[in-house]
Amino acid sequence: MRNGVSRAAPWAFLIAAAVLPLLLASDYQLFQLTMVVVYAVAILGLNLVTGFNGQISLGHGAFYAVGAYVTAIMMDKWDAPYWATLPVSAAICAGVGFLLGLPALRLGGLYLALTTFALAVATPQLLKYKLVEDWTGGVQGIVITKPDAPFGLPFNADQWLYLFSLTVATVLFLLAANLVRGRIGRAMMATRDHALAAEAMGIDIALLKTRTFAVSAMFTGIAGSLGAIAIQFVAPDSFSVFLSITLFVGLVVGGVASIAGPVFGALFIEFVPNIADQVSKAAPGAVYGVILIAFMFLMPSGLAGFLRGLLRKAVRSIRPATPSRSTEG
Amino acid sequence: MAGPGRDSAALLSVNDVVMRFGGIIALGGVSFAVGRGQICGLIGPNGSGKTTLFNCISGIYRHSRGDILFEGQSLSGLPRHRMAALGIGRTFQNVALFDSMTVRDNMLVGAHHLGRSGFAANALRLPGPRREEAQARGKLPELLDLLDLRAVADMAVGGMPFGTRKRVELARALIGAPKLLLLDEPAGGLNHGEVEELERLLRLIRAHFDLSILLVEHHMNLVMRVSDQVVALEFGMKIADGTPGQVRNEPEVIRAYLGETDNAHA
Repeated sequence: MRNGVSRAAPWAFLIAAAVLPLLLASDYQLFQLTMVVVYAVAILGLNLVTGFNGQISLGHGAFYAVGAYVTAIMMDKWDAPYWATLPVSAAICAGVGFLLGLPALRLGGLYLALTTFALAVATPQLLKYKLVEDWTGGVQGIVITKPDAPFGLPFNADQWLYLFSLTVATVLFLLAANLVRGRIGRAMMATRDHALAAEAMGIDIALLKTRTFAVSAMFTGIAGSLGAIAIQFVAPDSFSVFLSITLFVGLVVGGVASIAGPVFGALFIEFVPNIADQVSKAAPGAVYGVILIAFMFLMPSGLAGFLRGLLRKAVRSIRPATPSRSTEG
Repeated sequence: MAGPGRDSAALLSVNDVVMRFGGIIALGGVSFAVGRGQICGLIGPNGSGKTTLFNCISGIYRHSRGDILFEGQSLSGLPRHRMAALGIGRTFQNVALFDSMTVRDNMLVGAHHLGRSGFAANALRLPGPRREEAQARGKLPELLDLLDLRAVADMAVGGMPFGTRKRVELARALIGAPKLLLLDEPAGGLNHGEVEELERLLRLIRAHFDLSILLVEHHMNLVMRVSDQVVALEFGMKIADGTPGQVRNEPEVIRAYLGETDNAHA
């Protein structure tokens, strides 16, 4: 049903994203791109629950923090290899997401937004809490070392970390794309669009929402793990409520309920603050705000929706005599 | 199944159902049965309790007393999402579609209960979910043609005309292969020509699928023309039950319903 252009585009983009930075980018730029990949995964997780299932979460920074701390603690306390922390982090975040989802999703709508927001507000304090201080390092946080490329591959640590994160992200994006395209994804969107009708179609809404919340927390948690490895440091104040809001901004700017959207949203939240800073050293926040509002005015369906519209127009102008719909099988 | 013989033979049997809202008795002990392959019309003036009864059958309300049996199994206390798998499909009074999704995807959600695959299997595109998907998609062409939806199959249903949306809703219910189709005022909001079209559709559906239809409807002419059996309610009580001809001539019905609205055109 989809034409060849839109099918090949993500892969072409991926190959370019893997190769070009290795050739052109400095180590710092590679780090920035790694963070784009990390945020893209985090926003993808948020998109599953908020975009596709319609449950507003303003607290996904908390899951990001859990993932980051699981990785940091495992690497710091047990010298666990960085890659081995990812499955553990995924499992723990999914579990935490499921447990939080049980009561939280009964609230629904704006109340869920507030509950998750409260979680985000509490996160830094919970991480500093005395009883867990031995594990989390309290206010000091935990420093971890950046991994080198394995098997004698000819990459420096930044290059390797970028490729590693990109690989993990690609797998996660594929899994998410498969998920939302099939039976479960349709059930998620149906529940978002009309819960009562979804129930009449045989969808167990409570179970679906809770599981979606768990999967969403898992994605964002893995992102937190990758982020911790990239930054080589975790501390409570890196996971303030502002992180959750930033992820939410990325979700909306990139495109709600779009698989490609999180990539654009991640580019936005990584680079636009820097641009705002360059425009005005005195009031970067104001510039950021203006840019954000401009984006929402010009692209109400997010960057992904905007680009999809452009692509459709381009395809139409290349092939003016498009065969009608009815010819397809 | 120790129920009376009449009940186990029927597809749906409603036995002495009482529904109270606080002190108000919306249904005061209603009983009737819907046979297999039948179209049963449920009529009554506003406030007669037909929508309440419909909501009891579809699990929106929990009735206070009595029982509702489907194929001999009690529906009391059953979660709403279990209805579809038992074989009960429904449409909604004001059309409840998944507006951001295409006609095709709306219909595929209707086939949700026919599948078993979960999150992991779908994310990994294992053979199980792929087979389910192929089966569900295999049912689309026939229904798209039957309900004249092929031209709009890949468009989002959000902005579609009301008549089209009604057909999408029917298609979504039918893909799940229900044994009983509950239709909540399907003629509501339709103009004269569209009601005739709906009548044609209902006959078509009954001819094509092995199912019973429970039709809750204001539109007397439609009910009388398509139903095999008509049940009339007034003030939460059943006042008539029989063929359209019998019910039309029932003095109680004429007094309660037909007498008030002179030409039976609600």
